[in-house]
Amino acid sequence: YASSHCIYFSGARGLGTSPAASCPKVCIVGGGPAGFYTAQHLVKTRPDVQVDIYERLPVPFGLVRFGVAPDHPEVKNVMNTFTQTAQHARCSFHGNVSVGKDVTVQELQEAYHAVVLSYGAEGNRTLGVPGEDLAGVHSAKDFVGWYNGLPTNRDLRPDLRCETAVILGQGNVALDVARILLSPVDILKNTDITQPALDTLAESSVRRVLIVGRRGPLQLACTIKELREMVNLPGTRPEMEASDFECIAKMLKVLPRPRKRLTELLLKVAVETPEETELERRNSAKRAWGFRFFRSPVEILPSDDLTRAAGIRLAVNRLEGEGEDVWAVTTGEVEDVECGLVISSIGYKSLPIDPAVPFDPRKHIIPNTMGRVQKCAAGLYCSGWVKRGPTGVIATTMNDSFDTARTLLHDMDEGTLDISTVKPGSAGVTTILEKRGVKPVLFSDWEKIDSEESKRGEARGKPREKLLDVGEMLKVAWT
Amino acid sequence: MAASASVRSSVGLTLRLSRVIPDCSKCPFNRLNSYFNGVAGLSKVDRFRTLNRHLQTSRGLYHSEESAGAEDPEEDAVNVVYIDRSGKRIPVKAKVGDNAMYLAHRHNIELEGACEASLACSTCHVYVNRDHFNKLPEPEEREDDMLDMAPALQENSRLSCQIILTQELDGIELTLPKVTRNFYVDGHVPKPH
Repeated sequence: YASSHCIYFSGARGLGTSPAASCPKVCIVGGGPAGFYTAQHLVKTRPDVQVDIYERLPVPFGLVRFGVAPDHPEVKNVMNTFTQTAQHARCSFHGNVSVGKDVTVQELQEAYHAVVLSYGAEGNRTLGVPGEDLAGVHSAKDFVGWYNGLPTNRDLRPDLRCETAVILGQGNVALDVARILLSPVDILKNTDITQPALDTLAESSVRRVLIVGRRGPLQLACTIKELREMVNLPGTRPEMEASDFECIAKMLKVLPRPRKRLTELLLKVAVETPEETELERRNSAKRAWGFRFFRSPVEILPSDDLTRAAGIRLAVNRLEGEGEDVWAVTTGEVEDVECGLVISSIGYKSLPIDPAVPFDPRKHIIPNTMGRVQKCAAGLYCSGWVKRGPTGVIATTMNDSFDTARTLLHDMDEGTLDISTVKPGSAGVTTILEKRGVKPVLFSDWEKIDSEESKRGEARGKPREKLLDVGEMLKVAWT
Repeated sequence: MAASASVRSSVGLTLRLSRVIPDCSKCPFNRLNSYFNGVAGLSKVDRFRTLNRHLQTSRGLYHSEESAGAEDPEEDAVNVVYIDRSGKRIPVKAKVGDNAMYLAHRHNIELEGACEASLACSTCHVYVNRDHFNKLPEPEEREDDMLDMAPALQENSRLSCQIILTQELDGIELTLPKVTRNFYVDGHVPKPH
């Protein structure tokens, strides 16, 4: 049915040339939301375009699989949309292919009419403070990767035998980490959190989580859904500094709706006297969490034997500027907080993939205009975090990916992008990979991994039990 | 028996067949699915009654949506107009109980639904025309939370996956937000090929 659709439109091109050989071919680097949404838009809009998605890991879906928190399964429903795209007749998925290593971007450009870079942000911003390399200090990227089964983070082994954890940064990732650290294990045990993480969290001594930000309550970076989840987290109570909230209430009426609703909830939790049942609930809660505002990390303080983190020194800030444009300035005061776990959640960061691709070393993105890569020959595009920077939810990336697809299609229509030549597409790349001993994982192979994970999960009352090791994934994929 | 089989088939099938492939109107499964989606919103009693009618008139399964509407009593029909991102008006005949997001999907209107109506995203965001906006039930807190994250939020913004069509909403107009930042400067619209 789907392939007959292709013939209706592209069969008219002429006798003698096989429709598939002469159709426009696009290669997408990265099998996460940006890659899939870009592919979806291309395939839906032009009935003759063939799209191939290359992904380094054997498994697709990127941060939807490895970033979205285990207790947010509805957010992962988008995998069904991506699955439909991957199964479309004019789309194919090739996992276990590392672009930049197994095949170069230049080789991809020779095989395809256009290459879209959608490989996201696998690095993280560093604090740049002494003590950052002590045991007990992790980036949120690694901590999240650990509980979500990213193979690279399998051996993280975070030590949760401390009472206080300090999270630097107040975005949604920081709140996810706080929530996973403090959630009752009974809630987590039926999610797709990895078993080793579940076991570690079950033994955790962490009872208090501070979520630290440089600026004030009005600059809080998380969104209301995540804040509400913390407020309603069973077995926990909020602990905030009321003094941080002076002058906030009177700002409410001039705030735009999303900020207003967020601030109202924050004020309610931080400042208002709770009514009786809530008061009782808080008094009986054994775990606590709170925001600390106007604080920047200066140093992570070592234990007596200098091997691990035992505390953090925070500079006290005040704000300068007005309205949307406020920044933190140190007052000179510092404050030491005892803690055994420091999670730095100050942002992901894209890395350059290949010398042939321009990269902005300051902004850590690929320089582009509306998704068209600048400072290079035609035919190179980008979408998602590597294009705009590592912020935003799935909806943001979706719109962004559609934008890039529109730019690409526009270039095809206008002739800026030459699609008149015949390109080998995946056939060309497969030849190169074979020579280098690289075997791609096709979508049908991923489905075997998917099925195995679901089967193992079922035994434990979880939606899936993720395979944690690339070798194991490949073994299952190619049975 | 085909009708009850279609009822038993998962919503996943509905999504599978109404999403990626552009022209679904030729496929008999599409009509089964659109029937199923229309039924999904009704109460148990209504569902049984409607099912019965369709089992008896097996021809109903294979009609296009337009003529299936003609067989039903007028009380069930709700006129909806979608205004797509290029400003084009797309009138659609819906039934009481239809979900405005899935209705758009069935008519290949460019509306996403990443989280599949579970209030975990804002990709089905639409603007509702003034007259009908006030007739909609108040959003629950979770919908407001998700709307807060939608780009180009307006006072008449709603998540279409939470709009269930009733007789009162006849004539409702749902506009898709222009969320792109790079809609062609020269007004160019890509030609379908």
